[in-house]
Amino acid sequence: MNIIKKFSLGLLITLFLTISANADKIKIGTEGAYPPWNSKDASGKLIGFEVELAWALCRYMGKQCVIVEQDWDGMIPALIMRKFDAIMAGMSITAERQKAISFSQGYADEVASLAVMKGSSLEGMDTPAGINLTKPNAAAKKALKTLTAALAGKTVCVQTATIHQNFLDSGDVGKVNVRTYKTQDEVNLDLASGRCDAALAAAVAFSDYAEKSGKPVVLVGPTFSGGAFGNGVGVGIRQDDTELLQAFNKAIDKARKNGDISRIATKWFGFDASM
Amino acid sequence: MITSFPKLLTATVVTLKLLSLSLFFGLFIGLVFAILRLSKNKIINKFAYAYSYVFRGTPLLVQIFIIYFGLGQIEYFRSTFLWVVFKEPYWCAIIAFALNTGAYTSEILRSAFQTIKPGFIEAGKSLGISNKIIFYKIQIPIAIRQSLPAYGNEIILMMKGTSLASTVTLMDLTGVAKYIISTTFKPIEVFIVAGGIYLFMTFIIHNFIKFLEKKYGYSQ
Repeated sequence: MNIIKKFSLGLLITLFLTISANADKIKIGTEGAYPPWNSKDASGKLIGFEVELAWALCRYMGKQCVIVEQDWDGMIPALIMRKFDAIMAGMSITAERQKAISFSQGYADEVASLAVMKGSSLEGMDTPAGINLTKPNAAAKKALKTLTAALAGKTVCVQTATIHQNFLDSGDVGKVNVRTYKTQDEVNLDLASGRCDAALAAAVAFSDYAEKSGKPVVLVGPTFSGGAFGNGVGVGIRQDDTELLQAFNKAIDKARKNGDISRIATKWFGFDASM
Repeated sequence: MITSFPKLLTATVVTLKLLSLSLFFGLFIGLVFAILRLSKNKIINKFAYAYSYVFRGTPLLVQIFIIYFGLGQIEYFRSTFLWVVFKEPYWCAIIAFALNTGAYTSEILRSAFQTIKPGFIEAGKSLGISNKIIFYKIQIPIAIRQSLPAYGNEIILMMKGTSLASTVTLMDLTGVAKYIISTTFKPIEVFIVAGGIYLFMTFIIHNFIKFLEKKYGYSQ
């Protein structure tokens, strides 16, 4: 009995110490499955552009940080329920998400693109290299029409709850058969298996997959930005947490000024994706 | 919460379709394998045992992933005619569910067959009824009656199991609940409503089985 008592007391003390040790730390949530933004190495350690950037930002804030993993589809609810204090998970700043959470200024920007397997009938579409959907010009509108015709009745795969799903649901490219997956990995698998006629995600997510898997995945059509695709990627923070928001904004300013964001972005993306 | 309710109800139809088709195929598979389990041929017997052992011994989620993502990775498999069926997430889910519930059903039916009192069969034989007829008219009806309570449980388990269909892109009740959460960021409310719908389905199934038990069960 005595041993059990001592043991439980020890357990309680350890628990208390762990809690109090973590009380001062900023908890940052990331997905760990969206390379090169964030992913895991073979040993299960979180790596990627945002993991490295998070450490840099924490240094500028003068705070200790813990990076925790969270499934993408529960990311915003987990933030709201205080499982962590900030999201750094390649999350684009969109008006829809801003209804639920605040965002810091953007730290990096990505363009989205459609991808198909080599030999697909969707290859060789006549579209400009990139279109911006915030104020679509004549060329962009024409490109959307081309896409609408090409994608009619096709199955396009996306990760669930992403800007890419929002774009396909918006009807800008007509009625396509949208199939949603829990992770980008699963989207890639089904693109390669032929279940998807095309997939939509960050262009870098596809080039990263093509490089690592050796599969003949090719980008088609224009790259997309603006509109449903949001205004860059920022740190997601609870709306009542204004202090932390300011701290992150200041840290991003400093990191940008010192060239940290460009340096880390170039390391992981192969080009300067910072903003 | 009020606006999401009709969407969840529509998704319930998908769940019910998945459930009824899986149970239909599963019952057939279960009956066949229960009979194989009772076979005196050792190879057939072991084969049937291995099937139920594997499908009862691995998680349903793993089975779905192997059938959906696993088979899709094999290039040779994609060139066969089977790919027409396996290309669709809907059929992959039903195949996985049917094989899973079939394994459990075969065990339920086997034990029911084994508890039939030899007297029933002997009575049939003494009346000069053929073995085939004894099997169809005596053994199967008694076995089904015996296995009703256990099979009712299996139906409820399977109904809850269909929620895993959402992991292979199907928009069943759970899939739609997750989709609504991804746009409203309100997990608690939506999952409570979805949970309530599952509970209501359990209520119906439970009472239906109870009714059957009363009507056809033993009155000792």
